[in-house]
Amino acid sequence: MVAQVVKLEKPAHSTLPSPAPRVPPQKGHVLINRVAVIFGRGAGAHAAVEETSLDIAPGEFVCLLGPSGCGKSTLLNCVAGYVAPTRGSVTVDDVPVTKPGPDRGMVFQQYSLFPWKTVLDNVAFGPRVAGRHDGEAIARTFLDMVGLSRFAKRYPGELSGGMQQRVGIARALANYPSVLLMDEPFGALDAQTRVMMQENLLRIWSEFGITVLFVTHDIDEALFLADRVLVMSASPGRVIADLAVPLARPRSPEIATEDAFIRLKRQCLERIRVESMRAFDQMNQ
Amino acid sequence: MSVEANLDLGDVDEHELPAGSPHLVADLRDKLMATGRSWGVRVFAVLIGLGLWYWAARVHLDFYIRFDNVPSPVIVGEAFWRHLHETKFYIHILVSMRRILFGYILAAVVGIFLGLIMGRSRFARDFLTPYIELLRPIPAVAWIPLAILMWPTEESSIIYITFLGALFPIVLNTIHGVEQTPEVLVRAAQSLGARRVQIFWHVVIPAALPSIAAGLAIGMGVSWFSLLAGEIISGQYGIGYFTWNAYSLIIYPDIVVGMLMIGLLGTFCTYGVRLLTYPLLAWQRRAR
Repeated sequence: MVAQVVKLEKPAHSTLPSPAPRVPPQKGHVLINRVAVIFGRGAGAHAAVEETSLDIAPGEFVCLLGPSGCGKSTLLNCVAGYVAPTRGSVTVDDVPVTKPGPDRGMVFQQYSLFPWKTVLDNVAFGPRVAGRHDGEAIARTFLDMVGLSRFAKRYPGELSGGMQQRVGIARALANYPSVLLMDEPFGALDAQTRVMMQENLLRIWSEFGITVLFVTHDIDEALFLADRVLVMSASPGRVIADLAVPLARPRSPEIATEDAFIRLKRQCLERIRVESMRAFDQMNQ
Repeated sequence: MSVEANLDLGDVDEHELPAGSPHLVADLRDKLMATGRSWGVRVFAVLIGLGLWYWAARVHLDFYIRFDNVPSPVIVGEAFWRHLHETKFYIHILVSMRRILFGYILAAVVGIFLGLIMGRSRFARDFLTPYIELLRPIPAVAWIPLAILMWPTEESSIIYITFLGALFPIVLNTIHGVEQTPEVLVRAAQSLGARRVQIFWHVVIPAALPSIAAGLAIGMGVSWFSLLAGEIISGQYGIGYFTWNAYSLIIYPDIVVGMLMIGLLGTFCTYGVRLLTYPLLAWQRRAR
């Protein structure tokens, strides 16, 4: 399902650039079909992800929200191709996922840039291994997009955490993927930098119309970013709620103080609370 | 995208960045002074050592260790000075350098290659580990008889012994480096579309480089360490032979001259290796 997005006029004071008129995206349809992931065998086996089916529309921004250990990263890794589902299948634009590939850009939590390559060479890596000769030009375009052109010749170790993550996003985008997979990419950043990164990401997303699957344990982050929030619960990992986030775009951080946002947040918290109470009761039986 | 947004980000960047160096001259001066102090301490330390040696030899120190037959630094210095004016001394050095060069380069090539495949392939590792572990503790001197029997010429058996000395540290450090490749970087490369060979070249080898460089430096030291054993075989030339010969002829000052020369040449060559690998590790020094 696609969340109903109510389009409102952009507030005049907003510093965000106006998004280009959006053509409905054609690519990036992610279909998770009855996927289950079981780690271990025999008595030690446990279901990291219980049978889950999801249909993510092209261009949709979806957040997987849940506590650590709920299997949200495992589910993401199934889409990325790092984890093979025990049962079920994942397809992206009707192509079954069997291994990692450049059609699904991956942004990790931290320290995933190649420290021995300059920022420019990191971003140009994807196009270059694909045999393209314009890798540098592509890299410069994307560095410009994340506002780091001036740091092209620096090494990742010379950059702050926030800047490194922006390079990570540019690097993933340089392959022109149809889906962007993000595994708690802003989790290690300080609060101020995180807010800036979130706004940045929304701007990039609105320009690209790319499908984003974003893992987080932060409710505010999920509601601020997503069209749709999938709340997950642990042991076994499963989706317990599928919430549409019909907040107007473009969004600015002040949105967190609006009634609609707070109502959604309360809704999320309630689902999580009910679920954890149930799990708690089950454990004590 | 708008220009303002870019500038906006740019402003934040300045705060995120480490403090730049507007005081370049002052920085350079501090650096030079630090280097100068550092060298001052080194020279001072050597002078203390020489002084103690001189004193111990002079008073024929006999306090568990005996210095009554140890030549004083003055006598050794005189012998050294004399040899510096003989062509033969330089031939000894050059012959040894050539042996080290052959043995070491061979060890570097073979060692890095073995280390890389052992680090990445379980089979290669299981297959080769028994050889590495079993042969590694055998001292160079113990190889002399077999080396003479196995190799067609004296020269090749000496090179073989210096090769063995350098090989093991290089192999072990390379394996260690390959194992330390962060998994997240391999995953990142995979998701960016890199194939196995590309991952090996762009991720595994660079990740192992700091460790390989350390192995190469250690290997150079051990190579010189093994040289004396190798050159016992030699009948004519080499700084190891020079030292061994002085021992046979009981010329004490020359023994020390030979020992110090091996130490100096070993240090010099290790420094050369570090200098050669230095540019490859630029990224490490530029990290915050």
